[in-house]
Amino acid sequence: MHPGTAAVERVFRQEYGRLIASLVRRFGDIDLAEEAAGEALLAALEKWPESGVPPNPGAWLTTTAGNRAIDRIRRDSKRDAKHQAASMLPDHTTHARTGPVEDDRLRLLFTCCHPALATQARIALTLRLLGGLTVAEIAHAFLVPETTMAQRITRAKRKIAAAKVPYRVPEAVDLPDRLSGVLAVLFLIFNEGYLASGAGDPVRPELTAEAIRLARMLRELLPDEPEAAGVLALMLLTEARREARVRDGQLVPLDQQDRAGWDRALIAEGHALVRQCLAIDRPGRYQLLAAINAVYVDALAASDTDWSQVVALYDRLSRIDPSPIVALNRAIAVAELDGPEVALALVDPLPLTGYHAWHAARADLLRRLGRTAEARQAYDAAIAATENVAERTYLKRRLGELV
Amino acid sequence: MTHYLLAVHGPAEMGEFGNYSSKEEMDEAFAATGVFNDQLRADGYWVFAGGLEPASTATVVDGQGDTPVLTDGPYLETKEIIGGFWVIDAPDLDVALRLAAQGSEACRGKVEVRPFQGLA
Repeated sequence: MHPGTAAVERVFRQEYGRLIASLVRRFGDIDLAEEAAGEALLAALEKWPESGVPPNPGAWLTTTAGNRAIDRIRRDSKRDAKHQAASMLPDHTTHARTGPVEDDRLRLLFTCCHPALATQARIALTLRLLGGLTVAEIAHAFLVPETTMAQRITRAKRKIAAAKVPYRVPEAVDLPDRLSGVLAVLFLIFNEGYLASGAGDPVRPELTAEAIRLARMLRELLPDEPEAAGVLALMLLTEARREARVRDGQLVPLDQQDRAGWDRALIAEGHALVRQCLAIDRPGRYQLLAAINAVYVDALAASDTDWSQVVALYDRLSRIDPSPIVALNRAIAVAELDGPEVALALVDPLPLTGYHAWHAARADLLRRLGRTAEARQAYDAAIAATENVAERTYLKRRLGELV
Repeated sequence: MTHYLLAVHGPAEMGEFGNYSSKEEMDEAFAATGVFNDQLRADGYWVFAGGLEPASTATVVDGQGDTPVLTDGPYLETKEIIGGFWVIDAPDLDVALRLAAQGSEACRGKVEVRPFQGLA
């Protein structure tokens, strides 16, 4: 079987995170790792279409890229030995193992999601180095010019090298905090795919898929961390509804979705993870959000949803995360249980006037209460606060239906 | 090991008690900073540290011309200036950030962490 260019690139992309992580571990230099990986791809594109994909393509790429990196170091060290030494990352190879698996990709993920980097930089680096997305793809996904994204990534890599952001899995005492930072980055990637914030494609399945791939990797690398399972379950149970969520370019709210269009395989996998989390019994933010979504997808019809269970789960989530956004989502569930009036009293005081979902929730509650004039204002505010095309189309339709 | 500058930022205009609102607060901050400094020495991170006189005591020197040009006052007229700093020697940024947090708590100011370029 002789692969074409696309097939070689697919294999390369699949292996990219592992390849880069092992090169960074070995050479302590992210730029060098990327350059060597790029050269290995060129070699593969030249060789594989004739010889076929080797039995272990990952090992082939690692060996080839490793040799190219050594060639580069030899060339560079003749030119500028001092600079080369200064750009080395610290490699704590003797560092105590924090878990059963010490995978290079896990170290790289913690480096990419280091709290000393801005959130946007963490997202970009994670997608570039572990996801293997090109700078152009990441720039497109976040609707910024390619040069801006390239600068963002270059600056972050420079900071990692110059300030010596460590390349290691944090100590057990720091792990919960640092892990929540990693989970947040993965979930932000997912969310941007699931409801794009900008005016381009309303849903970006390539981003949700990449977030799920990274979450699967994290789950595999940290099997004893229930929040890693939780974030994967949350993504799967949400992704399962993706196809049913946009119809004719319009966002379809949960209660109006065609449940036959939900992906049963993803739901089953998500459910199994939620059950594993329950058995471990160390609930956290993402596990609770996953459990809430498990309740949603459990209902055969929207009217069968166990809202008291949803509200109870949001109560538990509020204790861990007393943020206004959690309070807003809890109130939306309360509306189904105790009616729109009770819910509106919970929603109104929340400090979320810049948040489209707050306006949209108010609009819906006011509509249900027959307070049409106020509902109209709230729909206008919600439309003004979002750029997502499918959401705007949906909100405009609801606005037009007001009598 | 890498050298890091931990720079303490505070208001350019200082009152009677420096950046602090009362003598008690100033004394407490000085005492806590002293304890932190002793710990830095004991743990081997210490390179150098010091508090700076107010920016009004600064002189800017431009020696790029034939004769040096002196200007009275700080280089930048800003509301926030560096009031003092530590130079530490730490294995990586995580250690530097941890020490910066301790120093910030001790001296009661925000601390900027910046790596030095290699070793001179």
